[in-house]
Amino acid sequence: MTTSATGRLPRRRFITFLVAAPTLTVAARLVLDTPPAGAAPKSGGPKPDPATEPTTESDLGTTYVLRVRSDNRVIFESPKADVGQGISTAIAVLLAEDLDARPADIDVTLSDAEGLPGQSVGGSASIRGMWQPARDLAAQARARLITAAAERWSVPANTLWTQDSTVFAPDGRSATYGSLAADAARVSSPAVSTQPKPATQHAVIGTPTAQLEGRDIITGKTIYAMDIGLPGALPTVVARPPTIKGTVASFDDTTARAMSGVVAVTPIPTGVAVSAGTFWEAMRTAEALHVSWGAGPVDAVSDAKVNERLDQAIPPFADPPVLSNYVDGKFEFAFVNHAPMETVCTAADVRAGTAEIWCSSKVPNGARTAVAEVTGLAEAAVTVHVTRGGGSFGRRLYPEAEVEAAQVSQAIGKPVKLMWTRADEMRHGRMRPASHHRMRIVYLANELVSFENLSSAVQLDLGLSPVKDMIDPGYGGYPTIGAAFFALTQVTPYNLGVETKLLNEVPLDFPTATWRSVYSGHNRAAEEIMVDALAKKLGRDPLGLRMELAKTAAAKAVLQKLATAAGWGRTMPAGWAQGIAYHEEYNSKAGCLVEINATNPQAPRVTKAVVVADVGTPVNPSGLKAQFMGSVMDGISTILSAGNHISGGAVVEKSFADFRWARQTDAPLQFDVHLMPPDGGIGGAGELVVPAAAGAVANAYASATGKQAWRFPINS
Amino acid sequence: MPTYKLSVNGKSVTVEAPGDMPLLWVLRDKLGITGPKYGCGVGACRACTSHLNGDEIQPCVVPISACANKRVTTIEGLANGDTLHPVQQAWLDEDVPQCGYCQPGQIMATVALLKRNPKPSDAAIDAIENVCRCGTYCRIRSAIKKVAAQ
Repeated sequence: MTTSATGRLPRRRFITFLVAAPTLTVAARLVLDTPPAGAAPKSGGPKPDPATEPTTESDLGTTYVLRVRSDNRVIFESPKADVGQGISTAIAVLLAEDLDARPADIDVTLSDAEGLPGQSVGGSASIRGMWQPARDLAAQARARLITAAAERWSVPANTLWTQDSTVFAPDGRSATYGSLAADAARVSSPAVSTQPKPATQHAVIGTPTAQLEGRDIITGKTIYAMDIGLPGALPTVVARPPTIKGTVASFDDTTARAMSGVVAVTPIPTGVAVSAGTFWEAMRTAEALHVSWGAGPVDAVSDAKVNERLDQAIPPFADPPVLSNYVDGKFEFAFVNHAPMETVCTAADVRAGTAEIWCSSKVPNGARTAVAEVTGLAEAAVTVHVTRGGGSFGRRLYPEAEVEAAQVSQAIGKPVKLMWTRADEMRHGRMRPASHHRMRIVYLANELVSFENLSSAVQLDLGLSPVKDMIDPGYGGYPTIGAAFFALTQVTPYNLGVETKLLNEVPLDFPTATWRSVYSGHNRAAEEIMVDALAKKLGRDPLGLRMELAKTAAAKAVLQKLATAAGWGRTMPAGWAQGIAYHEEYNSKAGCLVEINATNPQAPRVTKAVVVADVGTPVNPSGLKAQFMGSVMDGISTILSAGNHISGGAVVEKSFADFRWARQTDAPLQFDVHLMPPDGGIGGAGELVVPAAAGAVANAYASATGKQAWRFPINS
Repeated sequence: MPTYKLSVNGKSVTVEAPGDMPLLWVLRDKLGITGPKYGCGVGACRACTSHLNGDEIQPCVVPISACANKRVTTIEGLANGDTLHPVQQAWLDEDVPQCGYCQPGQIMATVALLKRNPKPSDAAIDAIENVCRCGTYCRIRSAIKKVAAQ
């Protein structure tokens, strides 16, 4: 990460300015202020968060741009890929608030790879990154629109007001932003405040806003990467090895080339690509290729070996003090595929001196770098257009499809559209690393003495993930980036005495990746199971014990709300139970309560889920509720039914038929969200609830069945 | 290569394709109709769900030869001009989509369900097998109930 000469983190700040243009255009540029030694961070607004928002020299000089056009459309090119998390709508909410525009008048488009500040999506950092610059830009634009109207009408600017993308005067006159956009472009010195509104005046922020792309989605008009209509682009799929990261030894394409629709057969490092008239012809031909495959790095590895290596990587517990008592837990989590509904897909047109790429990438600049490297082109010669993505959950941080599409297009001299099949994604796509966690809580009389969390995970294959740039592998003496990331992010929100926490990575060469909430989804869920186990041993109420052990008042407040709003403690029939868990991360806090019907332990159903969340300032409650609902389904799936198995160096699962992701029949019949009142802070929300939901589901299952599950998913 | 005549969203079309080519790829790669989504190719995720003569199908596993002289309706053919189908309107009202990729299939499956069973029970809604990886199932259920109550 970037640090100043003094070793202090520079403070991120945006300065806004007018851009010379035919209609109103304002820009925000990132500047870095290095605080002098001993200076306290400025209070108010989001604090810089170096753990999730990498800042590099290349960010300087690039700008966010907000345009108001004469047709009354407000245009913002967003640095944040939208893969269903609703960030485009959330940004429109921020802009609408301080512009006094209707959200529907705002078009948040996805920027090409341009090195914009924070042009990556990860670490639940997007809303924290956009909070200041989006509101600053909008306030600057609004001030200029008011000033332009005041000049046009020869009235004092401070008598005018704005609403619904229109400026109003006391005498009844009004003018739309579009009609003022040209004049406002020449207002260099606004006559009214350019500061964003105080929170007390927020009318859009905090009000539910439906996703602005909704109508296009439900009429089939939305263009995902899979739907890019690049003229002449040949549908392309890749015949891939039977085992993970296997190689092409040789191939015979005589039969394949005679099949209908086939245009090209191209060996690439990851397999043999077939380009044809349609995807079906490409897939059929890829299956018919005769390929002699070379071994992959984990051909000798199956689940048993993975578990053996993970077990060996965990050191023994310390000897507990004399007369102390303790609770032990051991947890095993399987690999989990990201499995976005839209498999990765990239359209690529690589010419002699240029490359043009269309994809859904959460790190478009990383995709551009990767394509430049693989084609031998300069980065400036590579254009990366970002489309909406059909889900990600971490998958679209990794540009495998972008690289392969560029390789094939360059080799055959034609544009291509390269898609991974579902089987490709399942068998060669990235997964949350399998992990083991051994935990011990030691107590003496009624005093908690210590908490040991000794974890191991298959190593993170970070590739082009922004995580790689966030952490210096040498930081703090951690052996690997994964170990450092674990240490920096895994915070236990309870006072459990002296903490010992570590993660050892096992160097098995699987295609792993950060998966929604990274280590928290399994590690923090396991810690929440431990708190329930402690409560059971002490004969305490799990929620009451959490309230007592919680480190902060804010955590206690969330738990208190959960107790009252979710009906904690109500009597359940035999085989049914409630479960709770709590998690805090990304400057946010969340508690989750679920009720489960486990009368058939092989087919449990979570019937109700309640989430209480403190995200500081809720920007779009409808979007937050959507994220929490999805996170609850992640918890249900990963705890109860969905994981990947390894046999002979290959992933066993091939599709949603055997990768048992939750469907409607697994979803709670009742789902409620309670948001804590705004407190002026700003927190992330996309990953927040995954660990709480996973922990709550596991705890409910244990209570309902009387059996503490320790291997997840429970039924797989 | 054989030729097939069929109606797609009310328009008569003629396509030349191998008889075993799934309807999904005829729609997407030959006719440029991209509302039906590829998600698995084996009828498991149901992101491509559309209608054949008014009945629900998964076009990724229905060969074009089985569609000759029949009526295909995709998500693009559901609305009446600018007037949304009631199921689409309910989807907007409930802010159902997250990434949205599965939603054309979810909507087409719901339209077919409500045709068979205008007042579906929770158990009948549970029987919809379309995968939503984003997990917006609770809003899907709310939207279905909203339409059923109309």
